[in-house]
Amino acid sequence: MDFELNEDQKLLKDSAAQFTKSSPVTRMRKLRSHGSTGHGAHIGENDPIGWEPAVWKQMADLGWLGLFYPEDVGGLGMTFFDLCLIVEELGKTLVPEPIIASVILAGGAVLHAGTKAQQKAILGPMIDGKTSLALAWAEKNGRYDASHVKTTATLADGEYTLTGEKIWALNGHAADTLIVSAQTASGISLFAIPKGTAGLTLTGIKTMDGQRAANLRLEGVQVPASALLGEEGKGLDAIEAALDLAAAATCSEAVGIASTVLWMTVNYLNVRKQFGVAIGTFQALQHKSVDMFIETELLKSTAILATVKATDTDVNERKRAVSIAKAQLSSGGKLVVQHSLQLHGGIGITDEHDVGLYFKRMNVIASLFGDEEHHLARFASLPSFA
Amino acid sequence: MDLSFTPEQEAFRTEMRQFIATAMPPHLHKKADVDGHFEMDEILEWHKILHQKGCVAPHWPTEVGGPGWDAAQRFIFGEELEKSGAPQLSPFGLSMVGPLIIQFGNDAQKARFLPKILSGEELWCQGYSEPDAGSDLASLRTTAVDDGNGNFIVNGQKTWTTYGQYADWIFCLVRTDQTAKKQAGISFLLIDMKTPGVRALPMLTTGHTPAFCDTWFENAIVPKENVVGPINGGWSMAKALLGHERTMIGAVGLSTRAIQRVKRIAQATEAGGRSLLEDPVFRTKIARLEVKLEALRIQNYRVLAGAQLGHAPGPESSILKIRGSEIQQQAFELAMEVMGQNSLAWFNENDVVSPLEEWVASSFNYLRATTIYGGSNEIQRNVIAKMILGLGN
Repeated sequence: MDFELNEDQKLLKDSAAQFTKSSPVTRMRKLRSHGSTGHGAHIGENDPIGWEPAVWKQMADLGWLGLFYPEDVGGLGMTFFDLCLIVEELGKTLVPEPIIASVILAGGAVLHAGTKAQQKAILGPMIDGKTSLALAWAEKNGRYDASHVKTTATLADGEYTLTGEKIWALNGHAADTLIVSAQTASGISLFAIPKGTAGLTLTGIKTMDGQRAANLRLEGVQVPASALLGEEGKGLDAIEAALDLAAAATCSEAVGIASTVLWMTVNYLNVRKQFGVAIGTFQALQHKSVDMFIETELLKSTAILATVKATDTDVNERKRAVSIAKAQLSSGGKLVVQHSLQLHGGIGITDEHDVGLYFKRMNVIASLFGDEEHHLARFASLPSFA
Repeated sequence: MDLSFTPEQEAFRTEMRQFIATAMPPHLHKKADVDGHFEMDEILEWHKILHQKGCVAPHWPTEVGGPGWDAAQRFIFGEELEKSGAPQLSPFGLSMVGPLIIQFGNDAQKARFLPKILSGEELWCQGYSEPDAGSDLASLRTTAVDDGNGNFIVNGQKTWTTYGQYADWIFCLVRTDQTAKKQAGISFLLIDMKTPGVRALPMLTTGHTPAFCDTWFENAIVPKENVVGPINGGWSMAKALLGHERTMIGAVGLSTRAIQRVKRIAQATEAGGRSLLEDPVFRTKIARLEVKLEALRIQNYRVLAGAQLGHAPGPESSILKIRGSEIQQQAFELAMEVMGQNSLAWFNENDVVSPLEEWVASSFNYLRATTIYGGSNEIQRNVIAKMILGLGN
């Protein structure tokens, strides 16, 4: 039993902490998909991508984008836990670059489904910071069920033709390659479709946390057979593995968010005066703060569990660990940000104060990759529950 | 980053699990299986069995009879004991006054008291709380006045004295200096329950067992050599002991067992043509609680890992009592929910409910105490707010 970080991990964490100094929340505000600071401002259109390719390149140069990919596809072969140390730090200043959507979710699906050659071809340019990816798995009325796929891919004359609709593809608006799930003759399969392919229409969506996603319409989209990742029918396992990686990563991000707002709130309580005293002397507010502290500690513990087990080859172990952590994120993580808003009083309700931005991001990740009910049901369906 | 125990530790766990299972006599097993209430003589029987095997006091130094286990082994053994449903030993001697005497007592006190605590020959109770001194313990008013003849004359009343009616000795916080600031005039005094003037009267709890007492001291004569540590130096020692009491109460093993029991009851309870365990609403309710417990389990492991490295308990340990006590309660709340109208059964006259359900209502009531004893959860939050968050300073 050992919870200490080794020297390399400490360096990684420090390097990420250093990075966030160059990416304070003000940077996220400039890039976000909606909103602006100041009085009388109305919701405006900001950066069309929501993150900066130049910064993505910096992350690539730091080795972050290929950090947990195997060396034989051009990655650094470090652990997924190591990457999540970075994710946690970046969560502290709401850094918008799509490590989770592109590297972990979409990249994770490619790792699980694609052949070595495909992994190198698709992940290589991203590892170098030149491209980004998106995974389009979700469909209308499917909620969190990755097997709910009505999009079809029909093989004829060495080409697949895809028809259907996808929703909530994170980073879908910007991705150079979209990884799309579709039903084939042998079950659910994954396809790599370049942006701009004829028949593919993207509708951009601004998300509550200031980022962007896309809905996809595929009308007779034709791709060569080589666009199929790996073999037909192997798509579902790959998607579910990737969703668990992404879910675990959000748990690390939640630690970054929660620890930031906890101390932001405590500092505020010690500074804000009413009735002649700092409001932090009031017991009711102290107790709410302690409840935030308790949930933040439990977020830390469960994030460790999930990020260590997210790559476990025992699929039930992986699912159990990730579901525990994701459920904690939904209940505990939301409590932390809700209390943080409450304890800031009126200023917490302004767009101008940062606390609302953390509130929104926590609520977004609580809804991604399976909500609390989904994960509780999954936890209860595993052999370890009975 | 390693979340697993070593193969040696896993082997130790298996060994302890087997040992506990075989050492428990059949009549105790039978009660353990339904999480029944153990009487004091059954608790003492189990105490003596563990003592014979040398593992009744895992955390005592070997010089005074401990088995020489490290933090992980003590943790594993404690967990296995909790999971087995074996009688919970009275903690006042083994885990409170014993370690205090080991740390602060003189040689005569160690020789006189430790062996009989270990063997179970003498039972202890705790004399801290008073009717007017609960969370504000330092305001206690039981007095100990020097009679000039080598004794203290003790007058006052202690309350919530758990199992005082069975105890041979009581360790008391008493006021030996009336003029000093409240914490500065307190001494730690060991009192023989058979001393004339000492009387313990049990009270029924809402769980309907006589689990604690009021204890009166009327001109009780106590030799001065029964003071542990310096006179008027009792408060700091008591604080050290309270710290101990708090890290014990994460109760993860107990809650693991309680949730297993909820599932067993749910499996055996039918509604709408299927068991409640198959009902999605109840299944999710159980999962929700179990997930919270699993989060606490990892938290517990982090504390253990710190202890193994010799770190003093950090902020991560402060939440164990608060969250652990809440989960214990919620497990019994859930059991009552699952039981539906069976939750009305009070002491199961005429066997209207199964043996597994028989003690749920009583425990459900009594365990409202988990968030109150050992430092109420409100006080715990005050301490965290001040010491960890730095609020209101």
